[in-house]
Amino acid sequence: MNKKKFSLNMFILTLVFLYLPLVVLIVQSFNSGKGVGWDGFSLKWYDELFNHSARLWKSFRYSILIALTSSLISTAIGTLGAISLQWYSFKHKKYLQVISYLPLVLPDIIMGVSLLILFTSIKFKLGLVTIFLAHTTFNIPFVLFIVLSRLHDFDYSIVEAAYDLGATQKQALTKVILPNLMPGIISGLLMSITLSLDDFVITFFVAGPGSSTLPLHIYSMIKFGVSPIINALSVILIAGTIALAMSTKKIQKYMVS
Amino acid sequence: MKNQRSGLVYSAPITLWLTLLFVAPTLIVIVYSFLKKGIYGGVEWIFSVEGYNFFSSSYFLKVVWNTVEISVVATVITVLTAVPVALYIATSKYKNFLLFLIIIPFWTNFLIRIYSWIALLGNNGLLNNILIKLGLEPHQFIYNKFAVILVSVYAYLPYAILPLYSAIEKFDFAIIDAARDLGASKIKAYIKIFLPNIKPGIITATLFTFIPALGSYAIPKLVGGNDSQMLGNIIARELTITRNWPKAAAISTILTIITVIFILVLSKYDKGHKGGEI
Repeated sequence: MNKKKFSLNMFILTLVFLYLPLVVLIVQSFNSGKGVGWDGFSLKWYDELFNHSARLWKSFRYSILIALTSSLISTAIGTLGAISLQWYSFKHKKYLQVISYLPLVLPDIIMGVSLLILFTSIKFKLGLVTIFLAHTTFNIPFVLFIVLSRLHDFDYSIVEAAYDLGATQKQALTKVILPNLMPGIISGLLMSITLSLDDFVITFFVAGPGSSTLPLHIYSMIKFGVSPIINALSVILIAGTIALAMSTKKIQKYMVS
Repeated sequence: MKNQRSGLVYSAPITLWLTLLFVAPTLIVIVYSFLKKGIYGGVEWIFSVEGYNFFSSSYFLKVVWNTVEISVVATVITVLTAVPVALYIATSKYKNFLLFLIIIPFWTNFLIRIYSWIALLGNNGLLNNILIKLGLEPHQFIYNKFAVILVSVYAYLPYAILPLYSAIEKFDFAIIDAARDLGASKIKAYIKIFLPNIKPGIITATLFTFIPALGSYAIPKLVGGNDSQMLGNIIARELTITRNWPKAAAISTILTIITVIFILVLSKYDKGHKGGEI
């Protein structure tokens, strides 16, 4: 029984470790003072956040825009790629397997640096477009692997049945393969939205002046004097995360598995 | 129907995209690392290995040491913590809920997670305020190696728990009982049977912790001091401040090579398991 007790203790310690810093942020966000000492309850940092932080909300809108566009494109490209790797043979299959695996395992900073050098050397202006291109690039391999893992359990005979019944290539894809693959595709989509909203390092390198995303904005807030507005923002983000996760069992299921 | 032409149609977009935006930039970085530094940043198209002469710099060697030390220590702590935690979750009746509890902080924005430790341990942070209230001297808890390791463990722990959880969930605990019946001690049964069986999970957890740690930029930048800067910080500095692009490219190339070697070595130990389990 002591093994169980040990792992229970480790689990409790880990929970404390994971949540303590977040609890401190939540409590601090309601502190009326600028410092850490408790000066009384106040919602003034929330007022600052919602009513006096125009630049923050601009970067938030950019984040959402990039997350939605890059996740949609990367899901489409990654899903088609997964189908090709699972069911078809083609000349450059080995090459595709290697280049879709490598971005997953190389440190982020490598992609950030190489994209910055690429864009600069071809004189491509840094900004929202380069952020979109970068996010799509790092999302594609994640979508590919999530969809590929669903395809392992996919019964190809239903596709063959569709062909036998006269379906064209396009009909087989849109009427049989994609609908049956939807849970995997949605997992990939949610994963890439999350990764895009969270990315700091790659965006840091490829964002031009005036095109900061929310993580970049938070970074500059932390770096140039900590503002208690971050506390309020953190609480909103954490609450948003939990609400999204609880709102539907389905999302939770997709994210966990 | 599984002909080569449809294969080409389905694989063309991903192949083109990753070739143009992953393979090409990586190759450009390697090429740049062998060029001469431009006067105002950028490069001159003259072959040079100057980008690689950092090995003579004692500061650079110190940063390499920091990077390896911090990454190894953070990975060991993370994986050692993650195994019992994943074991507890996988054998619990409430595994979905417990998993959910672990994942919430994991979904919280990466920079917010770093920031939360500054709020806790910073010079004006909660802990120092408590020390002062108690009449004790404040202490500098952050801007050192300890803080970088601590925050790294915090950031990567959920990445390590998830693959371990999925490996342990597949493990049949009846084998442990069988080993016990045959006379193995509890500890021996876990070391000889449990650990080898969850090896794919341990390897994935190690990869998911060690590789992002090797390429760390934000954590050492925000909670590290001068003694705890890592390779990522030098790369960024050479790229944006010193503007020595060949050098930044050379260090990136070295980091890529180290990572690839590390993956090859680990995957040798991991026969039959397809990497990148998500």
